Amino acid sequence: MAPLLEVKDMTHYFGGLRAVNNFNLTIEPGQINGLIGPNGAGKTTVFNLITGVYTPTEGSISLEGQNIKGLEIHEIASMGLGRTFQNLLLWRHMNVLDHIRMAHYSQLDYGLFGAFFGTRKSRREEKAVIENSYKLLEIFDISQFADHIVGNLPYGAQRRVEMARAMATNPKILFLDEPTAGMTPDELIRMIEIIRQVHRDFGVAIFLIEHRMKFVMELCESIQTLVFGEVIAEGPPEEIQNNPKVIEAYLGKEDVH
Amino acid sequence: MDKIKNFFRMFSNIPLAGWLMGSFVAVLMEYYLGDAISYYLYLPKIPVLFGALFILKEPIMIPSVLAYDLIIYALPILLLGKLLAPFANALARMLEKIPLSLATLIYIVAIYGILHLWAGINDYRVLVVKLTMVSIILTISLNIINGYQGEFSCSHPGFMALGAYTSSTLTLLLFTDDKMFGDALLPAALGPWLFPFVLIAGGAVAAIGSLAVAIPSFRTRGDYLAIISLAFMFIVKSAVENMEILGGPRGMSSQPAYATLPVVFAWMALCVWIIHNFTTSIMGKALNAVRDNEAAANSMTVNTRKTKVTAFMFGAFWAGVAGGLFAHVLRYVNPGTFGIQKLAEILAMVYFGGLNSIYGSIVGAVSISVLGEALRPLELWKWIIIPLILILVMIFRPHGLISFTELNVKNIIRPRDKKLSKGVE
Repeated sequence: MAPLLEVKDMTHYFGGLRAVNNFNLTIEPGQINGLIGPNGAGKTTVFNLITGVYTPTEGSISLEGQNIKGLEIHEIASMGLGRTFQNLLLWRHMNVLDHIRMAHYSQLDYGLFGAFFGTRKSRREEKAVIENSYKLLEIFDISQFADHIVGNLPYGAQRRVEMARAMATNPKILFLDEPTAGMTPDELIRMIEIIRQVHRDFGVAIFLIEHRMKFVMELCESIQTLVFGEVIAEGPPEEIQNNPKVIEAYLGKEDVH
Repeated sequence: MDKIKNFFRMFSNIPLAGWLMGSFVAVLMEYYLGDAISYYLYLPKIPVLFGALFILKEPIMIPSVLAYDLIIYALPILLLGKLLAPFANALARMLEKIPLSLATLIYIVAIYGILHLWAGINDYRVLVVKLTMVSIILTISLNIINGYQGEFSCSHPGFMALGAYTSSTLTLLLFTDDKMFGDALLPAALGPWLFPFVLIAGGAVAAIGSLAVAIPSFRTRGDYLAIISLAFMFIVKSAVENMEILGGPRGMSSQPAYATLPVVFAWMALCVWIIHNFTTSIMGKALNAVRDNEAAANSMTVNTRKTKVTAFMFGAFWAGVAGGLFAHVLRYVNPGTFGIQKLAEILAMVYFGGLNSIYGSIVGAVSISVLGEALRPLELWKWIIIPLILILVMIFRPHGLISFTELNVKNIIRPRDKKLSKGVE
């Protein structure tokens, strides 16, 4: 059987600049993989390439054996690739419940006619969506904010809204772009719990970018280290932690006197 | 201040049903006693728009006009509303038990009855009410694009012109013996029955025309799209001006009088209902998602292109229908109508009433239309006062009077007495 997500020899150029070189990735169902690397290494570019924001210059990407390279972002998303963003992209005039409802978009079947005339089918589907949304709000512990505008929420809660929203698209694999950026240590621990819970309850595979080593070490089964668009090390957390190349990339070379 | 607050609190236990009962009596009183009362108050005739025209023409009439408004409107509505409150609340509770759609229909019919009686006093009122309702359709449909979808489209008069000319051509061609298109192709008796299809055809043409603005909107936003849409408006206007077959700059006249008060009201109610359904559904919320953050919307499986095209075509469709109604209300159209002034008027209604809100659009359309009519005697000064009000609203409420509020029918029609007892505790 084909792996859940398979990226082969992905290379991408921005004009003359080679942002990503020969990137390979295989994720099996239920796996948690991490991508680390110093600032500007091209981590977010890798995310954007796989999720369809950019189309890679070379290479192939497939989800459950189906090619997704060159498809539209929303098509890839509705095939089962959910994501969150590094700098929280929430809809600032919408309340929390509507965020979660909105993410069910591709699962609706009633079409524009149903939306215009409020047909029985549309009411039934909308009701099911609302029920499912409340379930997600419970799981992510944000049900008390259901009718609040997202902008008024504490930062940690906003992050959880974004996670819940991504889960509402019913993904098979979840891409998390720096899920703990800007969080306090307390919120960080909470986030680890939530990601574990999502992984356990939904059985979803996770691919995450992270800066905080502690977080990555705690969660990931396999880690890739990206430096200047190239993977310099790959393996389980302990191995990566002690890999001299990784230490060099992060801390610089130790001068021997 | 407290006294004023307390005065208003006195009326907080009146449900919509109570207000409607009071208004019904007020309207009946005007219908039967209006002439006599205005005679004793030395008014030349029944004041048309609450006496605003009299006041502005001859300030000496202010006391009589105020007395008239007090006797005919304020007293019956407030007093009866208050007196009948227990009864009206009981009625509201009864109506709450039946399905919401049926209850809403009953209220709409009641509102129409009152409006019909009120407007029935003279033809001028009928015209004002019809044009106001056309403005409501226009405002809500522009709110879809400028409010919900967050673009700045200036092409609404263009869509309106497409609808107005399409439907006028069809009615003149099919149902009337006309100088321009010759004899009627279908029996005139069919006209009123086929009029809805004529309007829908007008809307459809406008919707197809809107693709000229919708497709560029995939790539541009903000100022650039505003300019493209403005260009579209001028293109439509100039094109019609240069088409002799459509009457050129002289326009088209003597459309059959199909747009009666009930017809216009029914279309307005239909428009409000459909747009309300749409904007509260997830399909409609997608417009907000695209407005607030397109990248996020895309990643959350929303087909943003389809959403944008839908918003434009849907808004344009209703603008086309409104244009068709407009042409058949005035029974005359010329291309000059669909210019920059019309655009300013519709934009003012949308931004005055409130973005992203049907409720706000209704308030905006009614207040600007009625204000525009009431201040007519001021002539030039009217165009100083209305913009001034608009500037004040923009300073104190940048998103408009009632923005980001959903039309909550259940809340509007609920009985009001329970809430008061809670307040007293």
